[in-house]
Amino acid sequence: MRSPGERTTDAPVSPLASGPGRILVALYGVFAVAATGRSLVQLGLEAGNAPLAYSLSLLAAVLYLVATCCLLLGSEAARRTALVAVCIELVGVLVVGVLTYVEPQLFPDKTVWSHFGQGYGYLPLVLPFLGLAWLLRNGRNQGSPPPGE
Amino acid sequence: MTAWITVPVLGLCLVGVVWTIVMIARAQHPPSDAFFVLLGVLMVALVVQLVVGGVALARTDRPVEGVTFVAYLLTDVLVVPVGAALALVERSRWGTGVLLVALLTVAACQFRLESLWSVGA
Repeated sequence: MRSPGERTTDAPVSPLASGPGRILVALYGVFAVAATGRSLVQLGLEAGNAPLAYSLSLLAAVLYLVATCCLLLGSEAARRTALVAVCIELVGVLVVGVLTYVEPQLFPDKTVWSHFGQGYGYLPLVLPFLGLAWLLRNGRNQGSPPPGE
Repeated sequence: MTAWITVPVLGLCLVGVVWTIVMIARAQHPPSDAFFVLLGVLMVALVVQLVVGGVALARTDRPVEGVTFVAYLLTDVLVVPVGAALALVERSRWGTGVLLVALLTVAACQFRLESLWSVGA
């Protein structure tokens, strides 16, 4: 789907952050804040309780932050960095999702990814798939910019 | 927490959510000025909630997780202006979609605030 000519952006906007990408920036931004907040509270107030869960919260926070920033930057290097972050995110949410059902004693406290992101409306499970689809599609179109638009 | 502020905030969110969905469906973008008035009213309500919530937290004996509670109150106030800023640069239906995400985030924060507050009630 081509972005229609209806967009009248004056400022240079990252191609990864325009059109549908804008929604991804918003969603990744929300989760960056949510995961960062959660990990800071957990590590700051009760670091000893569940080190594994809290470390994973921090990892999730960093990945969401990297993805958000890379989408906003929009260069090819940023796109590749975001791809790596989103892939780790996908593996993270799947592994943690399975482990929280199979080995719940590993996670005495929750992470963003617990039970496939159940506490967050399963969005943490959906988000990496949306991110991957968007990043890969923009990679394919990279070589041929639409002429004279 | 205090229903007299939570209920209007959720009501404004609901109106906003329906409004954005209608605008997206009818390809009306960028959103009308009237919509931004609604967001402004919501902003004011959220600032009031931040103050009321902070005072209520300072006075209560409940075992409320104070840091998390205040973090949600602050996030709630910031979501609307940041969402609006993101949406204004993107004047397509996707920009309106960002506003939908922002409103749903505010609503989600309201439910989290309520559950944090109702601990030990």
